Amino acid sequence: MNAALVYALTGTALFVLGVAGLILQPHLLRKILAFNIMGSGIFLVMVGLAQRAGTPDPVPQAMVLTGIVVAIAATALALALARQLLDMSGEMRLPEEKSGKDRLDV
Amino acid sequence: MFDPIPWLILSPLIWATLAFVHGPGQGGRLPVAGLILQLALAAMLAQQIVAGGVRVYAVGGWGAPLGIDLMADGLSAVMLLLTQTVALPLVFYARAYFAGHANSLRYFWPLTGYLLAAMNALFLSADVFNIYVTLELLGLAAVGLVALAGGAGPITAAMRYLLAALLGSGAYLLGVALLYGVYGSVSLAALIPLIAADAPAVVSLAAALMLLGLMLKTALFPFHIWLPPAHGGAPAPVSALLSALVIKASFYLILRLWFDLFEPITSVAAAQLLGALGAAAILWGSFLALRQTHLKMLVAYSTVAQIGYLFLLFPLATGVSAEVAASAWQGGVLQVVAHGLAKAAMFAAVGAMIIATGRDEISGIAGVAARLPLTLFTFALAGVTIMGLPPSGGFAAKWLLLGAAQASGQWWWIVVMVVGGLLSAAYIFKVLRQAFLPVEETANFKLLPRMLEWPVLLLALASLVLGLGGGEVLSLLGAT
Repeated sequence: MNAALVYALTGTALFVLGVAGLILQPHLLRKILAFNIMGSGIFLVMVGLAQRAGTPDPVPQAMVLTGIVVAIAATALALALARQLLDMSGEMRLPEEKSGKDRLDV
Repeated sequence: MFDPIPWLILSPLIWATLAFVHGPGQGGRLPVAGLILQLALAAMLAQQIVAGGVRVYAVGGWGAPLGIDLMADGLSAVMLLLTQTVALPLVFYARAYFAGHANSLRYFWPLTGYLLAAMNALFLSADVFNIYVTLELLGLAAVGLVALAGGAGPITAAMRYLLAALLGSGAYLLGVALLYGVYGSVSLAALIPLIAADAPAVVSLAAALMLLGLMLKTALFPFHIWLPPAHGGAPAPVSALLSALVIKASFYLILRLWFDLFEPITSVAAAQLLGALGAAAILWGSFLALRQTHLKMLVAYSTVAQIGYLFLLFPLATGVSAEVAASAWQGGVLQVVAHGLAKAAMFAAVGAMIIATGRDEISGIAGVAARLPLTLFTFALAGVTIMGLPPSGGFAAKWLLLGAAQASGQWWWIVVMVVGGLLSAAYIFKVLRQAFLPVEETANFKLLPRMLEWPVLLLALASLVLGLGGGEVLSLLGAT
């Protein structure tokens, strides 16, 4: 097992953990953290897989930098929305009744 | 020769930033001027493509693989034209809609500008990583617009939308990372021959991740749950932009990936699966639309159903003869354009009814036929396209799809389309019937400014005329 594969597998494991957290955790802050773990996993796959014979490839490093900027922007927006929800409903979670179901108005 | 490609991205960026700096008072004129310019630029680009084929623009003169290439072909030109054509009347509409709501306008103009910039950049992107960046920018601007109305409902919808969008683009980006790991490139032009030559199993995994992420963003059944509250809860001009354009951007990417990039590894079974999800979306979305009691939720569920028709394109164009595939492909793209125009008109018309009656329930619009004949006419015209009646663009699109289904012997899609058409007629007539009831005595109709009615009528008319002049769109597609 070479180094690239170790990084890629670790990254994939982080991605899966992040996705599970994003879907299963009810607390919004945990969801946002899970999204960041998912992102870190993707970045690890990106940088890890792309080393050619031990020399790092600069292109994915640049892409990961861009990805980090995007992830920070998304995290900021998510935190702002979560804060607003907390102010309005007093809870750091999405209301239960509509989640996972279609609204069947009769 | 003047190149419109960079200006299609720069123009909305410039007016969005200026509108943000100037504040809501001055902001309205800039977007109008900017969008007229962008429409001209998109038309000019379409002309250049018809005359000279695919156009490539190297940003900053660098070019791939070191820099970023932008690329425009017939399909990009159709999407760019659709985007500017839908956005221009909506800008006039939004000016009237938000009149007196300076606080909403302060954010509406900049966010709309950034949304359009991201969308134009997405249609012009030529590498899978640049597509990721534009996809995220588009998602963030769209979430901001959903949250615009404030209040617990819209903020919750925005949060759900954001989480779904982030999950979708995360899956997409992991696919990009795997592709880069295998081939060492993100450029579409470089990847296409590489994938055709040799595609190990991990490429199929990458394709599945990218397509799944985009399906989540397009709100294909069963990933549609975030859509109705987000589109139904936003202010009407925002709902119109989101339902008509934003979901089409991720669908456009699915088209690109399926028919260009991953063409060598697509299978009939996968195409049938996409078609089955589309069919489920048509039936379930139409059924739920019929059950809604609120106008905007009805229109939002109608979007869920209409997205389904787009996905019938895949089984009808994969593993069949070239002629059938071409007809299905044209039908699918025509459906994108027709639904874009009609759904923008429908959301805007419904928004005008809600302002006039002060109520969002379907039961509250009795008498609209007498008091707002123009807006109801607009709604009905848009409904003609959604139902797929001749001579509308929706009819032409569904006719081409039906023809492809018949020619390739896949009769089960015909059944789905016919049942879906009947269900959509049912939910549209549910609204029309209520509108023709006599006015309730307690009803208090507000007079509408002309700008809430006429630009929307133009959109609905465009969706109808598309059925007669759709050949123009198709010839542009053929110019690739």
